[in-house]
Amino acid sequence: MITIERSLVTPRWQRIALPAVSLVIAAIIAGIVLAASGHDPIATYQQIYAASFTSTGALTATFIYATPLLFTGLCVALAFRMRVWNIGGEGQLYMGAIGASGVGLALGGWPQPLLILMMMLGGALAGTVWAMIPGLLRAYLRTNEILTSLMLNYVASLFMYYLIYDSTSFWRDQTSPSALVFPQGKNLLPAAAWPGIDIGSFTLPLGFVAGVVLAVLLLALIRLTRFGFEMRVMGDSTAAANYAGMRTKRKIVAVMALSGGLAGVGGASQIGDFGHVLNPRGLQQAQYGYTGIVVAALALYNPLAVVVVAILIGALTNAGFALQGPTFPAGLVGTMEGIILFSVLGGEFLGRYRVRFGRAPERAPAVEDESGSISLDS
Amino acid sequence: MLDIRAVGVSPASAESATAESPPAVAAVGVTKRFAGGVVANDRVSFEAKRGEVHALLGENGAGKTTLCNILTGLYRPDEGEVLVNGKPVRLHSPHEAQAVGIFMVHQHLSLVDSLTVAENVVLGWSRHRGLGFSGRQVEAEIGEIASRYHMPVDPKARIWQLSLGERQRVDILKALYRGARILILDEPTTVLTPPEIEQLFSSIRDMVAGGSTVVFISHKLPEVLAIADRTTILRKGRSIRTVDIAETDARQLARLMVGHEMSFDVVPRASDAASEPAAAPRPVLELDGVCVQGDFGIEALKEVSLTVSAGEILGIAGVAGNGQRELAEVVAGLRPFIRGTIRIGGEEAVPGDARDAINRGVAYIPEDRMGTGVSPNLSVAENLILKSYRRGSPHAGPLLLMRQAEAQATALMARFDIRAPGPRTLVRQLSGGNVQKVVLARELSSDPRLVVAASPTRGLDVGATEYVRGVLLDAARKGVGILLISEDLDEIVELSDRIAVLYEGRVVGVVDSAHANYEQIGLMMAGAVS
Repeated sequence: MITIERSLVTPRWQRIALPAVSLVIAAIIAGIVLAASGHDPIATYQQIYAASFTSTGALTATFIYATPLLFTGLCVALAFRMRVWNIGGEGQLYMGAIGASGVGLALGGWPQPLLILMMMLGGALAGTVWAMIPGLLRAYLRTNEILTSLMLNYVASLFMYYLIYDSTSFWRDQTSPSALVFPQGKNLLPAAAWPGIDIGSFTLPLGFVAGVVLAVLLLALIRLTRFGFEMRVMGDSTAAANYAGMRTKRKIVAVMALSGGLAGVGGASQIGDFGHVLNPRGLQQAQYGYTGIVVAALALYNPLAVVVVAILIGALTNAGFALQGPTFPAGLVGTMEGIILFSVLGGEFLGRYRVRFGRAPERAPAVEDESGSISLDS
Repeated sequence: MLDIRAVGVSPASAESATAESPPAVAAVGVTKRFAGGVVANDRVSFEAKRGEVHALLGENGAGKTTLCNILTGLYRPDEGEVLVNGKPVRLHSPHEAQAVGIFMVHQHLSLVDSLTVAENVVLGWSRHRGLGFSGRQVEAEIGEIASRYHMPVDPKARIWQLSLGERQRVDILKALYRGARILILDEPTTVLTPPEIEQLFSSIRDMVAGGSTVVFISHKLPEVLAIADRTTILRKGRSIRTVDIAETDARQLARLMVGHEMSFDVVPRASDAASEPAAAPRPVLELDGVCVQGDFGIEALKEVSLTVSAGEILGIAGVAGNGQRELAEVVAGLRPFIRGTIRIGGEEAVPGDARDAINRGVAYIPEDRMGTGVSPNLSVAENLILKSYRRGSPHAGPLLLMRQAEAQATALMARFDIRAPGPRTLVRQLSGGNVQKVVLARELSSDPRLVVAASPTRGLDVGATEYVRGVLLDAARKGVGILLISEDLDEIVELSDRIAVLYEGRVVGVVDSAHANYEQIGLMMAGAVS
């Protein structure tokens, strides 16, 4: 018989040690799966490590995947922490990409630093507007933002396809003959390509740097400002926030707007750092918005931890593409990612609770103890 | 499983049996430690005889609930043992405790709202093994037990249709039906009205007359004196002493409970009203024909007109659910009103705007302190600035100056005797009394014009209750108007200058508490006078 008991106090060291131990356990379980499917676990891990970090161009590739995840991770971490369930990071990222590429195309002749800034702002604004739709609906009409934000992902996706495939929009390339047969977006001018920061052979994307700055600012916003204080109270107890006379409806809209803005900058970075063209298929296949939920959850909704987790998940994604082949099916990569997620979240759960093994269990009291439990109903 | 009906012991024989037979339930040197070094029980011992009502008396945090969780198998003791009928038992779950006849009725009842009384009683347990059960038979059996113990309840009624008092009866019936020999009641009177308490006490007397044992957990002295045969006093996790109720009085029990003596005499406050300045009273709160919609769309307040003057305590008496909660919320701006006007300090308040009410100087001590009055996962310091973060000192522009807030918090913690390791302690880690002190400290340090206090002492121990009342009286002396809503009539009479009685959303009468007559107020509360 196994029973689960709430442990009342979580020591500080546990918060660091738990994820580390969880990762080790994940590696062991994944090792068993690898061995069972005929792969040498140690060799595979060495391969993953090399493909993620050490081989030529590996680190650069890792950061290509990590950068968008950093933004969508921050987007989710901020909203979920305040118990605003923004599942729309995906669509907000698309809108950010549309906004930033539009700005990049329109202001192509501007000086580069100003142009980059305008692209970031354009992406942020587009993401913000898109996220404010479910935000306003939730705050003033009490619709469920999980559904509305999710549905708007599809709307954003279709809108993006429409701009390139089904219309003669500003974004669509109508000059070259091939583009008339195979629809594609207009390429941005070289000035609109964000310069990376070269460290030896490794290129750090400008977007990633911007993301880290935003993560720090976000943490400061939550910890040091009155606005952040209101958000923390709301995230903990809506009743207490109303009681204290906080304008909770406006704050819900603001949190949504901010969250969408972060995903929007992620979309801008996709255009400025990497694509230099609005490419609906590429953006959609990557599913960065949804993976951002995983990143935020693994980071326990802490903005700084999101930075680290985004790099790790980025590395894993990168390694997955590198390993994938006839002897190493894509499904196995997905399995390993799943094992890691399961272990870390499981470790988090067990850190909060104590598991007892024994014939006849002792049960945690069911009454008078509502503290610390996670509930997804808002 | 023991059948309660098989034990037809008369009160006389029960008494003679206790002389020789071992105690029905006993704890010997029970120690329970929790993570973080908290010792909830420190070598606690007590024994309850057969046919006895044994009270466990102690302040909040004295270790009563932990002890009961050990008796019912929820926790296992680190040291010491539990004896049932003189034999040591090792209980690993409530199920095992129930097998030896120990049942507990919690403060928070465990019933399924949508099922009937009979279905709840047999849920998860049936006297008749097998798949089906005869609803009619169970209903008949429950009806029989209910009538034997004078606990009127309809076995076919669904739980959601019942009052809190009736629900508690169902929980007790459930235990009796399943063969309870030792019934632990955890602060059972908290949710009850005075007549329901009388009813409960008479049922308890019936139970012990039948040879059962009742362990009665409470921190209310009058109740313990009224119902218990003996009481064991717990203080700071230790069992201080067991005394015979016949040989003690409230004063001695209070001293044992808190460690020092304090006064309990109910003195209507209006008696010292003569010493107050004779200046014309300035109204701080005026309600004029206020109508409020309740949660279920029914009009919860009907044409309510009330006035609270500066320095006055207006008590609102009434049986729970007659519009008290809605009255508190509408004045605090947490609930809109559909008709009428509310004036605070002579100016009209914006309906349903809590910030407007706060800015006009309304402080609110909500009934649900953990759910509404504080943000439990934030620190004491953060909770103390829950309202003042918008104005006052702990902010500069958009920034929040936590260091300054913590310094202020430390001062308030000393002034209001908030016992916490520091200003960064999370509020959810505090005891009920200290949580209420956090609320009081925040609300009264905001320099209010009006304090709305809803059941401000509910669930608090004697010491904290006295403290809260003292703070409210002190505020009134300084010219703050106080709207005191409480179901504790003694509290209303003791503190208020005037008493308004609410019945079905209407003010059925306002009396001067100097001329307060319990019978008259009781009749108004029951709707007998209009």
